[in-house]
Amino acid sequence: MEREPKNVSRRDFLSTGSLAASGAIAGGSGREARAQDAEDGAQSDYALRTRALVAVLTRKNLVDPATMDAVVDFYENRVGPHVGARLVARSWLDADFRRRLLDDAREVARAEGVTGFQGTDLVAVANTPEVHNLVVCTLCSCYPWPLLGLPPAWYKDTAYRARAVRDPRGVLREFGLELDDGVEVRVWDSTAEIRYLVIPERPPGTDGLSEDALAALVTRDSMVGAEGLAAP
Amino acid sequence: MEPSGDLANLPLLPRDDDGPVFLEPWHAQAFAAVVGLIRAGRVTQAEWSERLGAVLREAEARGEVDTGRRYYDHWLTALERLAIDKKLTGRDDLAAEKATIRENDHHRREDQLGHGHDH
Repeated sequence: MEREPKNVSRRDFLSTGSLAASGAIAGGSGREARAQDAEDGAQSDYALRTRALVAVLTRKNLVDPATMDAVVDFYENRVGPHVGARLVARSWLDADFRRRLLDDAREVARAEGVTGFQGTDLVAVANTPEVHNLVVCTLCSCYPWPLLGLPPAWYKDTAYRARAVRDPRGVLREFGLELDDGVEVRVWDSTAEIRYLVIPERPPGTDGLSEDALAALVTRDSMVGAEGLAAP
Repeated sequence: MEPSGDLANLPLLPRDDDGPVFLEPWHAQAFAAVVGLIRAGRVTQAEWSERLGAVLREAEARGEVDTGRRYYDHWLTALERLAIDKKLTGRDDLAAEKATIRENDHHRREDQLGHGHDH
């Protein structure tokens, strides 16, 4: 059983699957309403303002969409999920590295040359046969971008943001991951201050694979907790 | 090659050895929009630097010390103001576009939640 990272407060630890699945999580609907309100709030307003401006400029042919795409792609590829995948693969091979990653992921990422976590903390949580971790941002779309690249569309969607808390097992089932009743589901709510990386379980049949070969097996969604990894 | 040119050398720009760094996807999009406007000759590098500098100084004058943390908030404000002043867009255009995006997002959400849209 993995211990919990020391720098995570109870407030961040939202729910266990059994509570959430039965609808007993305190303030479940309030949280949803708050998420709704926050869409009008400052956090996501910057993203909305950017989308509006880019849409207007593009429609008027004032900027070349190809230029926009090239710039965004460049940074997306620089920070894509391969960065997180490398950390995960190494954590499977090196017990000491894994311990440090779980203890202080932000420091490990910094030491590995990953930048972009200025002002935000980073916490790694490990899946085990007993515990499955799922990451969400109920308020907007906070995401460990420097490790995983751009968040997938579903991560930003309100349906996921609300349901990941209320019914994580149902959400995971729709993603194709059926968990045994005995597996505890932990849902982690990202904020501007704290981002989460899920370390998926090492898939079976991967003994003897190199770090590179293992990293190639690690998917973006598995590092959000939205899927498990199958044998190669 | 890094596609951002001189823009990546602006003072205070959050960056590492390889170039600018972004905390959120919209930071990259706002950054790219300025690159695009300069490439297309709609604004000059000097106009942009001056405008961004003015917004950063305003923040400083308000007593904001951590310019790095809110850098792209100010970047976006500067970009909106410059685009409006140069009549590339207008406040009404932007407000209408925001409303449209919100509405579209709302409809998509309703669809995904499987609810009827009754208002």
